[in-house]
This record gives sequence, structure tokens and C-alpha cells, in this order.
Amino acid sequence: MKTVFKKPESLTDAKFHYCPGCSHGIIHRLIAECLDELKIREQTIGICPVGCSVLAYEYFNCDMLEAAHGRAPAIATAMKRLLPDRYLFTYQGDGDLASIGMGEIVHASLRGEKITVIFVNNTLYGMTGGQMAPTTLLGQVTTTSPYGRSKDWEGYPAKMAELLAQNEGSAYICRTAVNDPPNVVKTKRAIKKALQTQARGLGFSMVEVLSTCPTNWGLSPVEAMKWVEENMIPYYPLGEFKVKEE
Amino acid sequence: MKKVLMKGNEALAEGALIAGCRGFFGYPITPSSEIAEYMARKLPKIGGAFIQAESELAAINMIYGGSSTGTRVMTASSGPGISLKQEGISFISEAELPCLIVNVSRGGPGLGGIQPSQADYFQATRGGGHGDYRIIVLAPSSSQEMMDLAILAFELADKYRTPVMIMAEGTLGNLMEPVIVREAVTEFLDKPWATTGCVGRKPNVINTLHLSQEELEGRNRHLTEKYKMISKNEKRAESFLLDDAEIVVVAFGLLARIIKKSVMEARKKGVKAGLIRPVTLWPFPDEHIQAVSRTARTILSVEINMGQMVEDIRLAAGGKIPVEFYGRIGFTPNPEEITRQLLFIAEREGLL
Amino acid sequence: MARGRVIFLAERCKACGLCVEFCPKNILVFDDHTINVLGFHPVMLLQPDECTGCGICGLMCPDLVIQVERE
Ligand SMILES: Cc1ncc(C[n+]2csc(CCOP(=O)(O)OP(=O)(O)O)c2C)c(N)n1
Ligand code: SF4
Ligand code: SF4
Ligand code: SF4
Ligand SMILES: [Mg+2]
Repeated sequence: MKTVFKKPESLTDAKFHYCPGCSHGIIHRLIAECLDELKIREQTIGICPVGCSVLAYEYFNCDMLEAAHGRAPAIATAMKRLLPDRYLFTYQGDGDLASIGMGEIVHASLRGEKITVIFVNNTLYGMTGGQMAPTTLLGQVTTTSPYGRSKDWEGYPAKMAELLAQNEGSAYICRTAVNDPPNVVKTKRAIKKALQTQARGLGFSMVEVLSTCPTNWGLSPVEAMKWVEENMIPYYPLGEFKVKEE
Repeated sequence: MKKVLMKGNEALAEGALIAGCRGFFGYPITPSSEIAEYMARKLPKIGGAFIQAESELAAINMIYGGSSTGTRVMTASSGPGISLKQEGISFISEAELPCLIVNVSRGGPGLGGIQPSQADYFQATRGGGHGDYRIIVLAPSSSQEMMDLAILAFELADKYRTPVMIMAEGTLGNLMEPVIVREAVTEFLDKPWATTGCVGRKPNVINTLHLSQEELEGRNRHLTEKYKMISKNEKRAESFLLDDAEIVVVAFGLLARIIKKSVMEARKKGVKAGLIRPVTLWPFPDEHIQAVSRTARTILSVEINMGQMVEDIRLAAGGKIPVEFYGRIGFTPNPEEITRQLLFIAEREGLL
Repeated sequence: MARGRVIFLAERCKACGLCVEFCPKNILVFDDHTINVLGFHPVMLLQPDECTGCGICGLMCPDLVIQVERE
């Protein structure tokens, strides 16, 4: 018998604190598998956000930092400039990256920082109890858009992958999902490609992962996966938006 | 010994380089921008990193990241920019990351004005951001001290794993003076806590989140112990003509240097005046104040604000001696103005 | 004879049901007779012989409960 599936070395043994069925766990594992396969665990420094994944520093088995809300790209920028032979990744939610950290992420991309951003889009603020995020879909009910998000009042949801792909400094920008096995496999491939983009020094790389928040969506984990397919993917199309080859 | 004519801001920047600073992250604001401009010219040539950040928020978080690599890093700003940096300074203090933050001060509140100011005294000496913390605050009074205190700042920052702030009036930043250029610092402390990639060791974590009550209280107690240690070891002040002084002026920064003239002038007119110039604003040199509260008749705090340091002086004096305040806004009072104030007090108190 | 084998770290299982939903052979169920330290009925393999070792259960599990081996 050969092992086809087991916990990657780049994760610690700590149990995740996430709600049952929350996709944060899958995405953590995929990053760790990429670090294992590229053999870069010891060369990698990760930066976790403020959001449900704030404790990710307990899960990744590499040097880790915890950032102030939204600031991870600024932290990663300075670290990469001072440690150019290291791999820097940030792990950020949609409130963290697309709201309070909009300035930091756009400028990291504009400067073409050679860092890799894993952007977890679950359409709302999970940690603080399900408030509206810049990524909340039109019509979606959250605790701070109780009548559903309207284009006239709250405006349109942010398409971060498309936005950042426009910047010359962006070298690899991709949107994936983890709602079914083929998409999980594609997400892993994208994360690996993003890290390889960093290795080649091509510029800024980001993988936006459509993720679930069963708890605040009020759905079962299985229903939440279907909700991604039926509601998120139509507005947030999957695919590569920028692939720089040199 | 090389003596060079230098502006205060340049002397400070050069001092930082002498101390081994290899990362500067900042956002332009008058009257601090010359420090950034100096670093932009120098750092790339010596393998350092200079980034003009998109905001002071980004800049201070670059400091968080830069310091986490174990590199000596700094930022410089003023008034509104220092306010924006407070989020990061709180995080950096909790994460115990050494760095230098320079506040070439301007007047406030709000956009205020770009004239010399000491109105950020409270912000600097009380920590400035959220939570229970303090940072070391140094107040130079000459171009030479801009350089020397920059070197000291990095040493203290590493020793205590804490941010250190240099606070200077804009006039000091612009003042051209001869400066003895110091030797490059060659000895540095090890930083086994740095997050540089965990090759051959267990992963390091730099974090400021402590969800359990016990852990959070433990962290706060640890920081408090550290602050006590800093208070015990690092208070610094210059004493000027205190031996027989009946009226003691307390002032810091360039202003204090100007007041030396007032003190000498007042002495010529028969007033036994003296001066205490705090060099560390935090920890505040309260023992110097306590000593003169036993011997002098009155203390006069002179500040370029509406009365901030005077509260620390009163705390230190503990009611043993009257502590008066004289403040101006937007300019450094000339020596005659303070001499007049000293003569007025001397006459009122029957000391002439 | 089974071509695959799955090993559960049952104490990590949060009974989210994702592995149950996505197993192509439909052979995973909740173990109603057990409650783990997290307070959930962990997943178990109903018909071990049917397992192909495809690894999909492990792929979809957010909590690293499942290790999969294959011939
Ligand atoms: C400066 C600041 N503002 C607000 C908060 C409160 N806060 C914590 S997490 C969060 C939102 C996180 O949402 P997201 O980034 O989408 O992550 P998720 O929890 O959904 O994974 C907010 C607003 C904070 N910690 N700091
Ligand atoms: S609140 Fe939502 S995002 Fe946060 S752990 Fe629970 S399911 Fe995941
Ligand atoms: S390895 Fe495949 S067949 Fe076996 S239990 Fe898992 S999903 Fe089902
Ligand atoms: S996917 Fe994992 S956590 Fe969810 S039920 Fe299956 S084994 Fe348990
Ligand atoms: Mg979110």
C-alpha cells in the first residue's frame, strides 16, 4: 500500500478551530502541500490576517507572523525586500484584503512585490459574525445588509482578481474554488504556480479562492458548497486572469 | 575625527546608517521628508531597502515586517502621519520588535501647521496607540545629538526589543551645524526570535494575539516589567547651572538649548536660574525634578504646546514645589522672552 | 478485495459530511455509536471492501481527518 493522502509536513498537528465544513481548512492544507512538494517549508514565511484565520500561525509549520487587519501585504513587502531568497505568502480574508487592506494589496501588486497572496473570498466577515464585506453578492443578506445588498445603497461587489490583474506588477492572478474535488485540485495547482511565479521573480502573485462560511450563510457544509457553485461562480468567474511568462 | 556641516535631519539619517539601519519605510510629510530623501539616496547603494510606502499605515507595517527579519529598520514622519502609525506602533510594541520611529514634529491638532512644535508630547510618552504600553522617547537638541541619539536609539531598541522614538522640532531638522561623524557600529545582538525561515530550527512566530485572560495578563505583566527596567536604567537629562538654582526651567529639544541663553542672561541680572533638559521624555527623568524640588523655589516648564510635560513635572515634584508653565504655539520663543519670564517670577517671589 | 484503505483520526472529525457527500462509492457514514472529544459522531467506513483509495474523501476534508492508502 502506498499513502495517497495524508497530512502535509508543512502543517502542525494542531486541530483547526474552524467551524465544521469551513473551507479555510482545505485551503490551509493545499498551501501546506505545495510547500511540501516544492520543498520550501524552511524557506517560507507566512503572514496571517485578522479574520477567522487569525490563528493560522498555529497551523503552518514554518515561520509565521500575525498582521494587523489588512496590512499583511505591507509586512510581506518589507520582509521580501530584506530577505529576497525567502518565500513570502500572505493569507487574507475578503474583509481583510478587499476592505480595510485595499490600499496595501493594490500597492503591493502595483510595485510587483514578489510575494504570493492567498485570498479567501467567503463573501462576508466570518469572524465578527457575518457582516457585509466588499465581496458580498447583490441581494445577499448579511447582518449589516439585512434587506440584501443593493447596488444603489451598498454598491457592487469587488472583483479583486480582475482588478489586480490590470496592474503591470501582477505576474500571476487566478481565481479558483474549493467547492468540489476537481476545483480543489485546480486550486492546488494555482497555488503552486503562484509560488513558482515568486520563485522566478516575475512579480506579484495572487490566488483568489472562493470559499464557504456555512455558519454565517446559515447552510450545511454540503449546501454551502452548492451555494458557491450556484451563486458565487456566476459572479466571480474562475480562471487565470494574468499569467506573465517573463 | 571627521567634522562635517550637516542639517539635523541628515545627521539623524546618517546616524541611523552608522548604527546599521538597512531598511527605511516612510511616506513624505513636511518637515520630516528630508530623512526619507537621504535614505532613498543612500540605502540602495549599501544593499539596504528603501520603500516609499502608499501611506503611513503601510509604512509602519513595513517596519513590523522589516524588523521581524532581524534587520535594523526605521521610519520618519510628523503629526498626522505619526497618528496613522499608531496602529502599527501598538502592534510593534506588543510583538517586541526593535525599530526607530522619528517624529519631526509639527503643530496640531488636525493638519495644524508646519512650524516647530512639541505638541505630540502626550502622544509619544503615553504610548500613543491602543493598549498598555510605552515606547522610549528621545529628544535631541542639536544636529550632533540627532546623530548620536539615532545610534543610541537602535542600541536601546535591540537591547529592550522595543520601538524607540526620536522626537525633534522641525527647526532642529533644518538646522545646519558641524557634526562629528561617529564610527560605524559593528557589534550587534543576536536575534534568535527573528522570522527568517526556519532552516535547521523550530518555526518562530511573531504574534500579538492572546485570547486567554491568563496569557494576556501575562504578556502585559511581562511588558510592564520591561518598562520598569527601562525606567530604572535609561532616564537621561542634562543639568545646567542647578547647584544654587532657585528657579529651574525644564525644557527639551532645540528649545532647551535656546533657554540656556535665557538662564545665563537671567543670572547676569541676579536671578539664580538653572535648567533641566530631559533627553529621555519617556522614561521621564523624574529624579532630576525630585532633586531640585528639595533645593529650588520654583519650577517653570517651557514648552511649544499648551502644557503637556508640565504634568509629568508636577507628578515628579509631588506638590513639594510650585510648577509653573509657559507655552507658545508655532514658534520657538526667543531667549529674551524667557528671560523676561524668569525675571517676572523672581520679582514676584522676592528673589531679586 | 479493497484496493484502498482509509484511516481516520476520528478525534479531529467535525461531522461536516463533505467526505460522505463526495465519496464516489457512497461508503462513508457517521458513526452514531461514538462521540468524539469535539462532541461529534465521527465518520466511518461502512463497506471497507468497496473503497478504491481514490483519495477524494481526504481531498474534501477540511480537518485532516483522513489518510488514504492505495495498492
Ligand atoms: C482595525 C480593525 N478593525 C476591525 C477589526 C474587527 N474584525 C476582525 S475580523 C474582521 C473581518 C474579517 O473578515 P474577513 O477578512 O472576510 O475574514 P473571515 O473571517 O471571513 O475569514 C473584522 C472587521 C479588527 N480586528 N481590527
Ligand atoms: S465563521 Fe465562517 S469562515 Fe469563520 S470558521 Fe466559521 S465557517 Fe469558517
Ligand atoms: S478513498 Fe475514495 S472510495 Fe475510499 S472512502 Fe475515500 S472517497 Fe470513498
Ligand atoms: S470531511 Fe472530515 S471532518 Fe468532515 S465528516 Fe468527513 S472526516 Fe469528518
Ligand atoms: Mg470573509
